Amino acid sequence: MLRFRPLLVELLTAVALIVAPFVLQPLGASPDTVNRVLVWGLFGLGFDLLFGFTGLLSFGQSAFFGTGGMIAAYLLTRMGFPSVIGALLIGMIAAAIVGYVIGLIALRRTGIYFAMITVAIAEVFYFVEFNPLADWTGGENGLPGVPMPHIVIGPIDLDFNGGWSLYQFFGICYFIGIVVALRIVRSPVGAIFRAIRDNPERAAAVGHNIHAYKLTAFVIAAAYAGFAGGLLGVLQSFMPPDAFTFATSGQLVMQTAIGGTGTLVGPLLGAATWLFLQDFLQSATPLGAAWKLVLGLIFVLLIIFLRRGIAGGLVDLWHLIRRPRMVATAPAVPKAETARVTPHRPPPNANKVAIETRALGKRYGGIVANEDINFVVHEGEIRGLIGPNGAGKSTFFKMLTGEVRPSSGQILMFGEDTTNLNVTAVCQKGVAKSYQINQLFTKLTARRNLMISALSRTRGPYRADLLRNVDHMDELNADVDETLRMLDLTARADIPVSQLAYGEKRRLEIGLALGTDPRILLLDEPLAGMSPQERADTVTLIKHLAIGRTLVVVEHDMDALFGMADRVTVLAQGKILTEGTPAEVQKSAAVQDAYLGGVHA
Amino acid sequence: MVNWANFLSQLFNGLVQGALLALISSGLTIIYGTLGVLNLAHGAMFMLGGYAGWVAFTYTGSFVIAVIVGTLFVMVVGVLTERGIIRFFYNRPAEDQILVTFGLGIVFVEAIRFLFGSQSESIPPPPFLAGITNLGFMVYPTYRLALFGIVVVALLVLYLVLYRTRLGMIVRAGIEDSTMVDLLGINVQRIFMLVFGIGAAAAGFAGIVNTPVVSLAPDVGEPILVQTFVVVVIGGVGSFPGAVIGGLIAGEIISITSMFNPGYAYVMLFVAMTLVLVLRPYGLLGTAGRE
Repeated sequence: MLRFRPLLVELLTAVALIVAPFVLQPLGASPDTVNRVLVWGLFGLGFDLLFGFTGLLSFGQSAFFGTGGMIAAYLLTRMGFPSVIGALLIGMIAAAIVGYVIGLIALRRTGIYFAMITVAIAEVFYFVEFNPLADWTGGENGLPGVPMPHIVIGPIDLDFNGGWSLYQFFGICYFIGIVVALRIVRSPVGAIFRAIRDNPERAAAVGHNIHAYKLTAFVIAAAYAGFAGGLLGVLQSFMPPDAFTFATSGQLVMQTAIGGTGTLVGPLLGAATWLFLQDFLQSATPLGAAWKLVLGLIFVLLIIFLRRGIAGGLVDLWHLIRRPRMVATAPAVPKAETARVTPHRPPPNANKVAIETRALGKRYGGIVANEDINFVVHEGEIRGLIGPNGAGKSTFFKMLTGEVRPSSGQILMFGEDTTNLNVTAVCQKGVAKSYQINQLFTKLTARRNLMISALSRTRGPYRADLLRNVDHMDELNADVDETLRMLDLTARADIPVSQLAYGEKRRLEIGLALGTDPRILLLDEPLAGMSPQERADTVTLIKHLAIGRTLVVVEHDMDALFGMADRVTVLAQGKILTEGTPAEVQKSAAVQDAYLGGVHA
Repeated sequence: MVNWANFLSQLFNGLVQGALLALISSGLTIIYGTLGVLNLAHGAMFMLGGYAGWVAFTYTGSFVIAVIVGTLFVMVVGVLTERGIIRFFYNRPAEDQILVTFGLGIVFVEAIRFLFGSQSESIPPPPFLAGITNLGFMVYPTYRLALFGIVVVALLVLYLVLYRTRLGMIVRAGIEDSTMVDLLGINVQRIFMLVFGIGAAAAGFAGIVNTPVVSLAPDVGEPILVQTFVVVVIGGVGSFPGAVIGGLIAGEIISITSMFNPGYAYVMLFVAMTLVLVLRPYGLLGTAGRE
């Protein structure tokens, strides 16, 4: 929805922000609560980019909320800083810098470790604020006397002095916040965030420096938190020390989940639900003391039954209503010519070596997976790699791509040593692999999947082009369209990958590797699980891919492999058993021994 | 100027707190290792143990009954939580598991606050463990001395359960390779329920035996949860010996730092955790692939 209707969300947000006071005021809502919702909504925008989009669940956001708030408040109350907006921005930048340093530590690990480390971070900041830094932060008293913003631009003199007047200032801040967040979401960086959330290993394998992108998300979230923290001080005319508590982080997590993660507006909806319900329960019901118990129960029930929260529920409802039309509109696209015609491929260039391994070996403790592998593939060649189960084909492939570090020996790609490079760096050198078991970005569409691959080719391992719109990158989109046509997926390009048929997923798996436009393409059992017709089509596709590229193919379907490979290498028990043209290998007694255990006629 | 008697008693405080953290962290780590669920309600389980024991104490006046009731109550809560909620999350993403246990923790804390209020409550140590003991080189509260013994015994019991029983063997096998245990035809459902119960009971037991030292309040579990996380990161997720060593390290860091300035206790904990993350990313006794 976000993608097809540009600026719709911006427009709706602007309208909602302008209309809100006229609707809420007669209903008796206090401007204080409404402003507080905006502060939490802004705080949550950054958190949603971090958790909803990048998949990093942090319980440490209070650290940045407090840091930004305290620095802004300190500038305004103790140092007589003249500009409220200036102080807010300085607080934001300070929070971002702190976020960068903390991110370096917290992002050393993923998953539950990341969650636990962020919990510890939140607690450390709380204690530091309370004790060692009490002289600056006011300790448990906080910093009173934070002024309201007063903006003078030429003849315009704007004085925001609390209540609905302050709402105008907060509304503008929130609007700018969501516009920036939407641009980030629509940028290449935003696309990669979602790829990392879906499948971090594959995002790294197609050439993205996922650590740098995660750190980017972390810093962005810290910046939003810092700015929101400053606004909290302005709202209350006082910077409260409890901004730093673990409970603040927890409330943010709960509000975002209630409103809906991965939606940007979710945190605002969640904050509205949380704060209005809190006001209501405290003032209008006998349950006053139990307001947090009620909200906690609502949160648990939503996690159990409606994981995507209020906004997610609304989006699902919308899709439910629209579904019949969407399915019917998929047009029948004629099969691409390439899928049928076997191409004329130039012969391999015997003078140029593409892949070379020298005495390559890998041990796991006492177990030898690969030993003394000397392997040379020439440019433009299709090399088949066969061997019985456990021969070490997968380990060998993983060493070539940098997924596994060799124990001994050397790998050269076009003469360049890649032995100690990681998977991202190897991919950037023009080496890509399609996996035996699909490693797709399952929540994204086929088009988006291929775009993630293509982005690493045009942008390198990392670039912070946060404000660029991927949909306006015409060359990139043309390339993706071309790849979709080649894979015969054009008609199915815009549905989530999880709904594709198995054969389509297998083609997309090859496409993900292809999308990085590699010079060397490694295919790990590309035909696994395919029907005879799909096999024939895929073999033709592979022959097309080999034009201008070097291919190494692991495959158990011998007929198909011998039909396409220029040469075949046989691995057995971790070593190279023999190597030759398909005809030579087929006749080799050693190969028959290895496969049939010597029982041949 | 360092006062040596004071230093020794702080060192011993660290040992007591460390043993307590070791016990609580063991509970967290065996649950994570076996079920793959990080229980953010673990701090609340600690708190529930204290309150259940306190209620039993106000009715019976017996500390021993309080300890038994507190432990069993949390075990039952653990089993019911696992059967009622957690088991529906085994196939959901780790984030969902974290969110739901976090929410449950809030619900437990707020339910207690609603029932008993926010004021702090306490239980006196049993009469035969009241007063102070002169150890020759220092005088030390008798109950704290006993607490160390009690917690060490509890850790030993946990050790025996983990390393000397069939259940323990399955739990340890499950930590190494849960898929394989599943394939061997072991009733994983029942094991999961038991492990969650035992892990929760470890926290609950720690919660009640700690009440004569630190008074009860609904949010008493929050700092415990944070410290437990640090212990597990230091020791390595899923490792029982790691939890014990991590617990003792964390306990000593907290009490020795507190001697100079309590405000820096968490900073030092965090520094220690960061050092471990940089030098041994999987924790002192952890191995890759357990997350």
